[in-house]
Amino acid sequence: MKLWKRSVNVRVGLLYLLPSIILFSMFVFYPMAKTIYLSFFLTNQNGLPVYFNGIENYTYIFSSDEFRNSMKATLLFVIYTVPVSVLIALIMAILANEKLKGIGFYRTIFSSTMGISVAASAVVWLFLFHPSVGAFNNILKAINLPAVQWLLDPEWALLSVSLTTIWMNIGFNFLVILGGLQNIDESLYESATIDGAGYFTKLRRITIPLLSPTLFFIITISLINTFQSFGQIDILTKGGPIQSTNLVVYSIYKEAFVNYQFGTASAQAIVLFAVVLIVTILQFKFGERKVHYQ
Amino acid sequence: MKMPLSQKVLFYILLTIFAVLVFFPVAYAFLISFMTPQEVLMGNILPRSFSFGNYEQAFERLPLLRYLLNSFVVSTIVMAGQVLVCAMAAYVFVFLPFRGSNLIFFLFISTMMIPWEATMIPNFLLVQGFGWTNTYMALTLPFFASAFGTFLLRQHFLTIPYELYEAAQIGGVGKLKFFWKVVLPMSKTSVITLGAYSFLTTWNMYLWPLLTTTNDTVRTVQIGIRQLQSNESATDWGVVMAGVMIIILPTLILLFLGQKQLQKGLTQGAIK
Repeated sequence: MKLWKRSVNVRVGLLYLLPSIILFSMFVFYPMAKTIYLSFFLTNQNGLPVYFNGIENYTYIFSSDEFRNSMKATLLFVIYTVPVSVLIALIMAILANEKLKGIGFYRTIFSSTMGISVAASAVVWLFLFHPSVGAFNNILKAINLPAVQWLLDPEWALLSVSLTTIWMNIGFNFLVILGGLQNIDESLYESATIDGAGYFTKLRRITIPLLSPTLFFIITISLINTFQSFGQIDILTKGGPIQSTNLVVYSIYKEAFVNYQFGTASAQAIVLFAVVLIVTILQFKFGERKVHYQ
Repeated sequence: MKMPLSQKVLFYILLTIFAVLVFFPVAYAFLISFMTPQEVLMGNILPRSFSFGNYEQAFERLPLLRYLLNSFVVSTIVMAGQVLVCAMAAYVFVFLPFRGSNLIFFLFISTMMIPWEATMIPNFLLVQGFGWTNTYMALTLPFFASAFGTFLLRQHFLTIPYELYEAAQIGGVGKLKFFWKVVLPMSKTSVITLGAYSFLTTWNMYLWPLLTTTNDTVRTVQIGIRQLQSNESATDWGVVMAGVMIIILPTLILLFLGQKQLQKGLTQGAIK
């Protein structure tokens, strides 16, 4: 009886946890294990594993030019996208953190891209990039520059997609960084002003150090999200031209749902998982040390 | 502390430049949505008239109303389901801890490191095996449990004094009642943040609905806009942009209403 009473937290607790446990098991843990399992098999049309292939799927993808190219494109895409979108959002957040009349309006505009879906953004940018009627080429024409084949030229396509993604990410990054700025204690600035510190000194000595946990968080999230980009690729370029924008999730999607190669697609998915895991661990190992907590 | 006028002007100029850069694509799409194909072809910036012909066309060429309804239903279900499931889990971690509950908490948090795309193939096979293709079930149930949501709510529940829970226990208030009548109302900010966030992300979801819907019954607006674009863009960008305007309106309104709330809530969850 005593034990029954003492274990009340366990019993009630497990009951409350049950939905989460079941759902995580069903839609995260089991599929993760199954992905690992499938990555060692060749599968038939229905996705059923038919032939144990050992690590063949892995050696196959790593020796295929297509996948190596996809990894390279993904890495470049992340390098083009993450630093720029965080930096722009940081500048915007610092500007929008000033107490000025009408600042709410600017904050609303700055965060607006967060409310616009990947699909809608990509369609809008598809038009901006349009070779003959798009805004960008119209602007180039107006200043007498030659037109650029934004999405059709393999030299430009990845940059164009990156530009779209930077724009898409700015809203969320801005909102998070602004929240971080507003958590900084007002009195620090006041005493710094009394000590005669100028705008940029305050920025360097107070704002950036105290903002570092937020920046650390947003960089980690951006990295993870950027590795997972799919919608803009599907709508803007379909991985082309000549696979220059065949990012890893798009590659997995094609391998699995166009070519029905669930085995090799799963091996690619495991590589994606490993990369995200490593990036997260490295971030926490090296990033965290440089972070200043209040 | 008063800012000198010159500095103020400089700030406004910079703010306005950024505002123009950020908002230009949407504003431009808005203008295009009122143009005929000829006007688009001529590279006009302002439409000749603000008539809603393209919007009517968008509704005619696609079952857009159906898609909007689907997106609304799916997003609302995920919002409600996620808040409830996450709140229940967070409640245990804060108020009913038991030996091993920490371990479960870390297990939940570890799912944040598993990208959804890495598990989508078995998930797709699973959902297909259940016969859930083209059902709301496939689009909603997998997203009820969320590590981010559980974490966010746990952070907020931690700020509720534990003495309150003890007092309620002594006073004979049940655990469920305490959860429902005290914890949830006291965490209104975080609950609203999570709700708005999950509604927004579900509304904007793209890859999963693409995989699990093959006809119009539960298809969402995001897939609709893809269809509209691939059917019409060669001929009629005005109609495509009208479609874009229609599907971004609900989330933009939600964002504008909840911007302050979201900003506060998201950073709270992120930093502490």
